[in-house]
Amino acid sequence: MIPQATVKRNEASLRRTEREGFNQMNIKARVTGALLATVLSTTAFNGAFAADDTIKVGILHSLSGTMAISETTLKDAMLMLIDEQNKKGGLLGKKLEAVVVDPASDWPLFAEKARELVSVDKVSAVFGCWTSVSRKSVLPVFEELNSILFYPVQYEGEESQRNVFYTGAAPNQQAVPAVDYLMENESVERWVLAGTDYVYPRTTNKILEAYLISKGVKPEDIMINYTPFGHSDWQTIVSDIKKFGSAGKKTAVVSTINGDANVPFYKELANQGVKAEDIPVVAFSVGEEELAGLDTSPLVGHLAAWNYFQSVDTPTNAEFIKTWKAYTKNDKRVTNDPMEAHYIGFNMWLKAVEKAGTTDTDAVLDAMIGVSVPNLSGGYSTMMPNHHITKPVLIGEIQSDGQFETVWETPGLVVGDEWSDYLPDSKDLIADWRAPMSCGNFNVATGKCGGKGS
Amino acid sequence: MYRILQTLLITLCLLVSAHVTGLRAADDLGALVSALGTAKLAELDDRIAALAKSGDPRVIPVLEALGEGNLYARKADGGVFLTTEMGASLVLVDPLDGAQLGEVPKGELQKIKVNNAVRRAVRSALGGLTLFSADAGARLKAAQSMRQTPSADALEAIETALAAEKDVTVRKTLDEARAVTLLVSDRSDDDKRAAIKLLAEGGGREALGALSSALSSADASLKPDIEAALQRIEQAQAFWNAGQNVWYGLSLGSVLLLAAIGLAITFGVMGIINMAHGEMVMLGAYTTFLVQDVIRGSYPALFDWSLAIALPLAFLVTGVIGLAIERSVIRFLYGRPLETLLATWGISLILQQSVRSIFGPTNREVGNPSWMAGAFELGGLTITWNRLWIIVFALAVFAALLFLLKRTSMGLRMRAVTQNRRMASSMGIRTPWVDALTFALGSGIAGMAGVALSQIDNVSPNLGQGYIIDSFMVVVFGGVGNLWGTLVGAFSLGILNKFLEPYAGAVLGKILVLVLIILFIQKKPRGLFALKGRAVEA
Repeated sequence: MIPQATVKRNEASLRRTEREGFNQMNIKARVTGALLATVLSTTAFNGAFAADDTIKVGILHSLSGTMAISETTLKDAMLMLIDEQNKKGGLLGKKLEAVVVDPASDWPLFAEKARELVSVDKVSAVFGCWTSVSRKSVLPVFEELNSILFYPVQYEGEESQRNVFYTGAAPNQQAVPAVDYLMENESVERWVLAGTDYVYPRTTNKILEAYLISKGVKPEDIMINYTPFGHSDWQTIVSDIKKFGSAGKKTAVVSTINGDANVPFYKELANQGVKAEDIPVVAFSVGEEELAGLDTSPLVGHLAAWNYFQSVDTPTNAEFIKTWKAYTKNDKRVTNDPMEAHYIGFNMWLKAVEKAGTTDTDAVLDAMIGVSVPNLSGGYSTMMPNHHITKPVLIGEIQSDGQFETVWETPGLVVGDEWSDYLPDSKDLIADWRAPMSCGNFNVATGKCGGKGS
Repeated sequence: MYRILQTLLITLCLLVSAHVTGLRAADDLGALVSALGTAKLAELDDRIAALAKSGDPRVIPVLEALGEGNLYARKADGGVFLTTEMGASLVLVDPLDGAQLGEVPKGELQKIKVNNAVRRAVRSALGGLTLFSADAGARLKAAQSMRQTPSADALEAIETALAAEKDVTVRKTLDEARAVTLLVSDRSDDDKRAAIKLLAEGGGREALGALSSALSSADASLKPDIEAALQRIEQAQAFWNAGQNVWYGLSLGSVLLLAAIGLAITFGVMGIINMAHGEMVMLGAYTTFLVQDVIRGSYPALFDWSLAIALPLAFLVTGVIGLAIERSVIRFLYGRPLETLLATWGISLILQQSVRSIFGPTNREVGNPSWMAGAFELGGLTITWNRLWIIVFALAVFAALLFLLKRTSMGLRMRAVTQNRRMASSMGIRTPWVDALTFALGSGIAGMAGVALSQIDNVSPNLGQGYIIDSFMVVVFGGVGNLWGTLVGAFSLGILNKFLEPYAGAVLGKILVLVLIILFIQKKPRGLFALKGRAVEA
């Protein structure tokens, strides 16, 4: 379900293109033309004839290419949230209108599409991106055009930007508590840090390695392993893990393996008989969506650390799941952590706009800090001055029905820490976007704004 | 003899006492089981131990259900029940006498939460309880769990069980379990030395683990023995590791072979740079998904046959699509490789996006039939069934294709057309149809590969992209136009990759393989087994 106005426009543009097709192309090419038009009309023609009495919200998620697997769900979630808000009467007396673009998992295209959203479609805020590399590629655009981006996915930290709100987890809201859990409850002494070879796993593992060593783990008890994107042959690595785990000390795997590579990894774990009771695997990128393509009964007990699980038992979550299933007209659709991040981010934005009484970027940026909205796990999340939010950290075990069961959670909410305390070159940095500091990388040692990442 | 008598006597005594105190015990047991319902995660350990201490065999199903997450407490009165799922409701079973107590909606019950620590406690408790079970399989499992989590308290039970054990495999595992347990007990050093010797002879990863953890806490007098034993096991392991690498290489090679073999026809034999080849593999995998979906919905009993049903279907589906692509696009582009490349690349994008629109962008679940799940041990090797079957399947497809090309009239025509089109045409062969059928054959085989690859990889619209580069690499490396070249190429690349991986890591390993191939192509541009003769130049 796309909001009504958009559908109409799509049809109009489709008809238009088809007419042109009739005139200009011969019969054979017409089929191709129509096909192309269907693909293009969802993106290029969106928002071309916008009415003035709506507030436009940009959705920048890949609908094709490798990341479509994860990002399409977020696009649907955003459309649902906007739809729901319109049913409640919109915002500032105006209807909200979603503008969907498809950056096609292509990082430079993310920047182009972001520019299009802000300068052509004049959206008030953009919700989008999934990987850190896509975020990094749009940062200059948001800075230059002074617009707002909500980034909903867990990431490696080491960044705080004036125009970006990070509603996903920073490392201290996911990775560090997960390691703490394993150390305390499973008395793990040997660690395998396995990840896909790109910036998020590398930075996270760097932080974790520093953290583990600070906790007295010997370097020879840490094994770090990187694999390419979409790696599908895990035989050697799983057998290495088994070998590493047979040194008489309790061993665990901390996995920052991303996306598609997870399914073959877990299949290999199951087939080689690596049981969660012996060598548990805790993952930071495996959620309900990823498990949907997998028979989870041999994986019961492996862990994931998130700020939200679909199985969280609260009335708000039950309501959210019900709306989601009704909206997608699919009883089997699952919810996941980045969806909750968008839920929180969107509601924060609504509240900030209402508080500011305008969608003007500078006013909203000021109003955002300190805004507090309910999250789906039964508490309130607050936007902090560093543009990160407070969240509970949940550790869940995989169940045979593909859901997670929370086995541990932080007693309170955890504030996202953008500059890790465990890395030597970022431990002195803080971010505070309130006046008068207004700085994303303030060095408390030198008392100056500007440090790493400036 | 004396020992057996002793065991019998003990058992008899237990039985009699159990009988006498039967009624009271049932009450006690009932209370112990209900206590599970109110326990917090941290308290469950003690309650499981209490249940295990009762030694009552009726506890076994309760603990099993707890470990599997099938034990529920009723919200209304805290009663604890075993359950089986029936749609949206649960069938209740009395935990002790096994009586069916009817269905209730899920909302009325609360699952008793377990975590890994609890599952471990359940496993070792069950180990103690089933050590004397009548079923050899259960005893083996018990012995394995005792070997995995040694606790000094269990030593006497293991020795009693060992004395009565007749089954050879169970005995062997029990022996090892006894040795492992002995190491953590306070027995004499001589006993421990014997245990170390036994473990060193048995070898294996578990022995390695047990010995290295014993090393840190052992007496100084024992340390040299343990170190020697460790060294011995590690040496044996190093030997098996080489074997393991060969096996992994063969397995990776078989996957490469499967992915490339269809391309060996379309690219190798026909010379079409077919970028949509990966999408044919993907469509084959989606056919498997559809077949399994229908089977899950309507004929669950047929699940183990799902792959056998999916194979011909996948061949047909992708074959027909291949035929359609050849007839509608490729036949206009023969002799224009650049256009073919672009056109097939476009087709691949269209196919990907249509699958994404129809089935959604997320992964689809394709299950392993039971005969493809799990692994078995061969000496020091762990061989997973799905990999073994994929190797067998890849070789079977290769043999069938070879037979088709070399021994049938269809194959003869195909070869004739590729070797000399004009001559074949003058001999009355309808070359356009041979082209179409050859392309359909190549696509169909790619589809069959998709059925096999669905067992080890994601079934998502991107499935094909991951294989397209590897496939071209194999075909080019093996020698264009030569099936045997594809076979040798696939397996040698697989083994090379797996020997590099442990030293260089997965990322660098892949890069190294690519660099080596580039160097190789510089030296032998036509690949391993180049076609010779006049036709090559045409």
